Amino acid sequence: MVPLAAVLASFVIGAVILLMLGADPIEGYRALVDGAFGSPKALSHTAMKAMPLLLVGVGICIAFRASVINIGGEGQMIAGAIVSTVVVLNVGDLPPLVLVPLVFCAGALGGAIWGAIPGVLKAYSGVNEILSTIMLNIVAVQFMNFLLRDPIMDPAQKTSGRIPQTERLSANADLPILPGASRLHIGVLVALAVAVFVYVLLWRTALGYRLRAVGHSAAAARYAGMPVKRTIVAALTLSGAMCGIAGAVLVFGSESHRFVTDGSSVGFTQSAGFNGIVTALFGALHPLWTIPSSFLFGGLLVGAETMQRAVQVPKALMVGLNGLVVVFVVSSERLRRVLRERADRETNRRADHSVDDPATGAGRSTDSSVSGPLGTATP
Amino acid sequence: MTETRLLELSGITKRFPGVLANDDVDLDVRVGEVHALLGENGAGKSTLMKILFGLYEPDSGQVLIEGRPSGISSPADAIRAGVAMIHQHFMLVPTLTVAENVVLGLAESGWRLDTGSVAERVRDLSARYGLEVDPSALVWQLSVGERQRVEIIKALYRDCRLLILDEPTAVLTPPEVEDLFVTLRQMADDGRGLIFISHKLDEVMSLADRITVLRDGRVSGETTPGETSKEELARMMVGRPVQLVPDKPPLEIGGVRMAVEDLRVVGDRGTEAVAGLSLEIRSGEILGIAGVSGNGQRELAEAIAGLRAPAAGRVLVDGRDVTGAHPSEVRSAGLAYVPEERMRDGVVGEFTVAENVMLVDHDRAPYCRRGMLRFGTIGERARDLVARFAVKTPSLETPTRNLSGGNIQKLILARELSGSPAVLIAAQPTRGVDIGAAEYIHRRLVEEQGRGTAILVISEDLDEVMALSDRIAVIFEGRLMGIIDRSEVDVAQLGLMMAGSSNAA
Ligand SMILES: Nc1ncnc2c1ncn2[C@@H]1O[C@H](COP(=O)(O)OP(=O)(O)OP(=O)(O)O)[C@@H](O)[C@H]1O
Ligand SMILES: [Mg+2]
Repeated sequence: MVPLAAVLASFVIGAVILLMLGADPIEGYRALVDGAFGSPKALSHTAMKAMPLLLVGVGICIAFRASVINIGGEGQMIAGAIVSTVVVLNVGDLPPLVLVPLVFCAGALGGAIWGAIPGVLKAYSGVNEILSTIMLNIVAVQFMNFLLRDPIMDPAQKTSGRIPQTERLSANADLPILPGASRLHIGVLVALAVAVFVYVLLWRTALGYRLRAVGHSAAAARYAGMPVKRTIVAALTLSGAMCGIAGAVLVFGSESHRFVTDGSSVGFTQSAGFNGIVTALFGALHPLWTIPSSFLFGGLLVGAETMQRAVQVPKALMVGLNGLVVVFVVSSERLRRVLRERADRETNRRADHSVDDPATGAGRSTDSSVSGPLGTATP
Repeated sequence: MTETRLLELSGITKRFPGVLANDDVDLDVRVGEVHALLGENGAGKSTLMKILFGLYEPDSGQVLIEGRPSGISSPADAIRAGVAMIHQHFMLVPTLTVAENVVLGLAESGWRLDTGSVAERVRDLSARYGLEVDPSALVWQLSVGERQRVEIIKALYRDCRLLILDEPTAVLTPPEVEDLFVTLRQMADDGRGLIFISHKLDEVMSLADRITVLRDGRVSGETTPGETSKEELARMMVGRPVQLVPDKPPLEIGGVRMAVEDLRVVGDRGTEAVAGLSLEIRSGEILGIAGVSGNGQRELAEAIAGLRAPAAGRVLVDGRDVTGAHPSEVRSAGLAYVPEERMRDGVVGEFTVAENVMLVDHDRAPYCRRGMLRFGTIGERARDLVARFAVKTPSLETPTRNLSGGNIQKLILARELSGSPAVLIAAQPTRGVDIGAAEYIHRRLVEEQGRGTAILVISEDLDEVMALSDRIAVIFEGRLMGIIDRSEVDVAQLGLMMAGSSNAA
């Protein structure tokens, strides 16, 4: 309820801005919705955009549930892309049936390594993970640029244009297109499966139980004999692995089938590493609620381009609106708590305090720390 | 005769999901009176007080202050109406000074704090009511007892007419309790009204002018200390006679099951909290630790449980050397531990009751197979333990933080005893627990002893230590002053030893 209200509120503000820009908001929004969800082609675009958001988003769910703030989605995506690319450059002859699963695993491995580093630093040396993950984003970008300019650069580019990119990667590693689709590939199914997997992990396994226990109360977890430090490392490692899969999907599901850089991390990730945080928060840090959330944000990003064409307003407006949604959601997280407490005070007859309910169970533990990531959430 | 009614609550009803916390409750407080509120865990005492203080709104009923509707719907209103409350958990800002905390939230404090005049008034109030505390000290540096004094000064500073104290003595040492009572008496003599909640019948009998007993949310009786006895109060609370001291069966003591040898542990303040302590507990024996709190009891327990690394010495649990081992290793050697800080250590507040039942062995059979949790079994076990230990909870899915304090304690005890431990450490096992539950917990501890468990009881309540223990170890400043046999206990001598004079007998 509250998240939807947040979306509506930011759309109202967006309408005002559209009016001030001399554009017709109704026409603009119609174009937006049409471009995002209005046709099979639009839906396929939206799904493509939603895919990395969902993968990063469920990774964020894991970390935040353990009270670990992972701002390193960007770097972990790049790390996943690098490792999967290097693997395919070396064993590109393997048949697709082996190579495609291998691509996902290699992506997960790369992201896991890039997540494990800040995890170990936090658990064993007390290094703040917000700082270390941001720093590792920068390291990852520079490493990517270095690799794409020489070690794994397309040999043809070395002599001619010098575009920092790999060669056309082995066709055996191309992510298979879904039957009947033109561009939509199996990455979307993998992302959905990963979301379900993360849900099971968090609520049905002993490891997930530990992650949540550490997230709520490190003292109680320690008392109970849980390996608190290892659990923190596990949280960031798993979180990074999900982001790494997103990175691999971006390379092997791209139209060019190359790993390309424009020198920045946005050029490769399109900020999915940050927007995934927003997506997860909007999904109340629940992996299953993150699915619709990712499709909503994916749709907004796609629809913004149609809106731009229809009413000639810069699509940056949509990016701004996304930011507003976040501000509303996070402040409404607080609002929701105030409302809940008020409900407690007035009449409690209808109040429901079930912990498993994503709408009330989520966010509380991370609420205070959420302001950190959001500063950088929508660049 | 018209006696002034400072406060009158009538027909207060309050419902939570699945619980009727207050059911048509009437209560009044006269000027200059200490009114004690008694009742089992979950009887609705805190809820009633939170209604009075504006934290909850009642479903029905009326609050009158000096005969007029109070109009209280928030703590700010309550303070304006002259009502102050000392909560079960304190609400001070640790990084501010005492004086700053006292004026925090006061409208007239304006932009700049005149700390000088505040400090002076704080000093006046402390002198007048015997509340010793330094206005310029930072709150985080204070002991629990001192923090409580700050809360009381805060109430006095606001010139409260009615002071609510929710289990103020649960966290105090016996001398601190005596000081507190002097203060409270003085406040009542000044014409204020006090509502005092406690589970300790001795305290209620000595301090209260009038006593109201709640049971299952309803008033089950009103009386005065003059016309009642501890036994009768216990019966009014629990609804049946209560046996305050457990029967101890004849001892069947076996071999040594737990030992610490020359243990040295550094405390939070960086000084040696346990200074070369050696103890042995045999199978089927309860060893009680008597000592004023802060003399190394907590550090001793934490060092045994693996939560604090000892600086020197050895810890043996059921024959295994677990010195400096991880808590999980100590547990698998056979230790169960009921921690003193139950809300911080003993449970995850946000987890459900069922989730907390498996906290310490969530990754072992029967709760878990191949890494997957088995909710069928978990639910069954949780239901069974909740029923056996009479934990009052609306459901197994209720977040544990919504349970009353005593019920959380019962839940922890149920969990810790369910694993048939070889060694049990019970720190403050009945703190904040009602007498019915305390009786039950004592009986369970004695039963556990009968099974051959070696039990270490750490308690600030000397009566409890004497009722349960086969031997009593007195510690002072981290050192063993002596060990006294159950049959040779002499309270006067015990007191001397607790104050640091070694066992000359
Ligand atoms: N915020 C809440 N939401 C749901 N149930 C609650 C809430 N607060 C209290 N309860 C329930 O209301 C009942 C009364 O609780 P209350 O805290 O008033 O008991 P109490 O008499 O103070 O007990 P104790 O002696 O253990 O402190 C309990 O069953 C408790 O579980
Ligand atoms: Mg209470």
